[in-house]
Amino acid sequence: MIFQQIVNGLSIGSVYAMIAVGYSLVYSVLNFSNFAHGEILMIGSFMGFFLLSVLKVPFPITLALSMVGAGVVAMAIERFGYRPLRLRKAPTLYFMIAAMGFSVFLQNLAIIVFTPNFRTYPQLFPLEPIILGQVAIGRLDLLIFIISLVSLSLLSLFIYKTKVGTAIRATAYNYRVASLMGINPDIVIGIVFFLAGGTAGLGGMLFGMKYTTYPWMGALTIKAFIAAVVGGLGSLPGAVLGSFILGMVETFASGYVSSSFRDLFSYAIMIIIIIFLPSGLLGKNTSEKA
Amino acid sequence: MSIYIQGIVYLFSINLISVMGLSLLTGFTGSFCFGQAGFMAVGAYTSGMLTKLVGWPLWIGIICGALAGALISIPIGLPTLKLKGDYFAIATLGFAEAVRLILENLQQYTGGARGIPGIETMDSPVPVLIIALVIYVLIRFYVASTHGRSCIAIREDEMAANCIGINSPRMKTISFFVNGLLAGLAGALLAHYVGFIQPSMFGMAKSTELIIMVIFGGMHSVTGALLSTVMLTSLPELLRAASIWRLVAYGLLVVIIMVVRPEGLLGSWELSIANLKQIWNNLFNRKPSVKEGN
Repeated sequence: MIFQQIVNGLSIGSVYAMIAVGYSLVYSVLNFSNFAHGEILMIGSFMGFFLLSVLKVPFPITLALSMVGAGVVAMAIERFGYRPLRLRKAPTLYFMIAAMGFSVFLQNLAIIVFTPNFRTYPQLFPLEPIILGQVAIGRLDLLIFIISLVSLSLLSLFIYKTKVGTAIRATAYNYRVASLMGINPDIVIGIVFFLAGGTAGLGGMLFGMKYTTYPWMGALTIKAFIAAVVGGLGSLPGAVLGSFILGMVETFASGYVSSSFRDLFSYAIMIIIIIFLPSGLLGKNTSEKA
Repeated sequence: MSIYIQGIVYLFSINLISVMGLSLLTGFTGSFCFGQAGFMAVGAYTSGMLTKLVGWPLWIGIICGALAGALISIPIGLPTLKLKGDYFAIATLGFAEAVRLILENLQQYTGGARGIPGIETMDSPVPVLIIALVIYVLIRFYVASTHGRSCIAIREDEMAANCIGINSPRMKTISFFVNGLLAGLAGALLAHYVGFIQPSMFGMAKSTELIIMVIFGGMHSVTGALLSTVMLTSLPELLRAASIWRLVAYGLLVVIIMVVRPEGLLGSWELSIANLKQIWNNLFNRKPSVKEGN
């Protein structure tokens, strides 16, 4: 029973990790919570659904296309919404409000365009699980875990080993000094949004395959935010760690207490972390920078 | 007054009370609150349960609802208002969702998702309208006072405000407390207008709609919030046919406002005799206005 719960927790935690990483990435560079992140996830999930079930595109190509599509949408949001605010040096509050506006806009547009129905992805993998002793591991869960692990490793390789990644880290560390060193912040921030959108799209697709796809699935981002807070806002390893902790707590809460109180446990963890450890497990300082 | 007009007046007054709190908290103090509906739910359920299950008189129930909203804001505000604004926004969002979950799952007291029917209703919207307008005037006074100016200073630059001796966590907590009080009051009045409450009345959509009212009118103007509450409460009535596109348009408009005109409809213009005189002069006498030269 315990091992089964751990497997389930790892599976949902890896989906959270993909969402939380993008969230943290945008946060580390622009210092605001991108509330529209969830809607990008929703768009990626719907793209994957239509490509797979209507156009019958093969699975690996769908994965790549919905990633790129969600990334492009995220870049467009940055270009038309956040960049004018950034150039005007608008306060963080305005970024959050604009993000909320995008979220309301995209979510309700999706409700009209896609109709407010829950959609199930076509069955791609056999349902019978792999049995290891007393633990049943779903093939889909395993696939989700592997995809998430691979894409997160690639992302961290990109950020810590390449020249562009160094530019992203420099911009996150100090926006103004980075631009003095010959880094074009517009391009760097565009890339950051593409990466964040891409991982969110992938996460949305994996979530849609495991459960269902629906227009207001963007509300999942609150889980990603909680994960990012638990791990330390703006820290990528923290976001991953927080996601797995959150996934574990949720599966244990719904397994041993009650599934209707599952979300209550997530909020409780966030409140406890905010009160006792505001910088999270792996974060740096969280006081407002001038 | 026909029942239809009465309904609009009730809704306008209730929205206005809630929007006034939000205008002080988000517009003037700069703390983005995502969970207004949660505080309204606390007020609504407190008042609804006290009047229906315990049998207290209507107005005492409403006052208790308002106080419940104010009291619950303290444990949420104290830890989160000291940190960055993002923590506060998500903490309020989490609070509102948690309230809804608890209300849905405590079946034996709150009726779960089906809610509480048969709550005592009010006879006339006039007292509610008067309360709402009095609150508008009080918020105007508060914003113009030392406390209000401290709030504006915190919104503009929190660190600079701290440097000139403003206790920013305290001021933010006061704004949050007032917001909780007004949201609780609005929720309690809503319960006694509809006569029926259920958790789905207090979802994310409600919080979003209220915050959009504040942003439309101008985050730096109490009168702007009043004006946009009038517009956004009556427009859906006129545009019933296009109701599904309403929220799409709201979302897009919020983005456009932030990009093009972040000060909203009225900017920082307030309704006052001096300002009205100035408009009069600009329109008819074409004299140079008095206020120029600053």
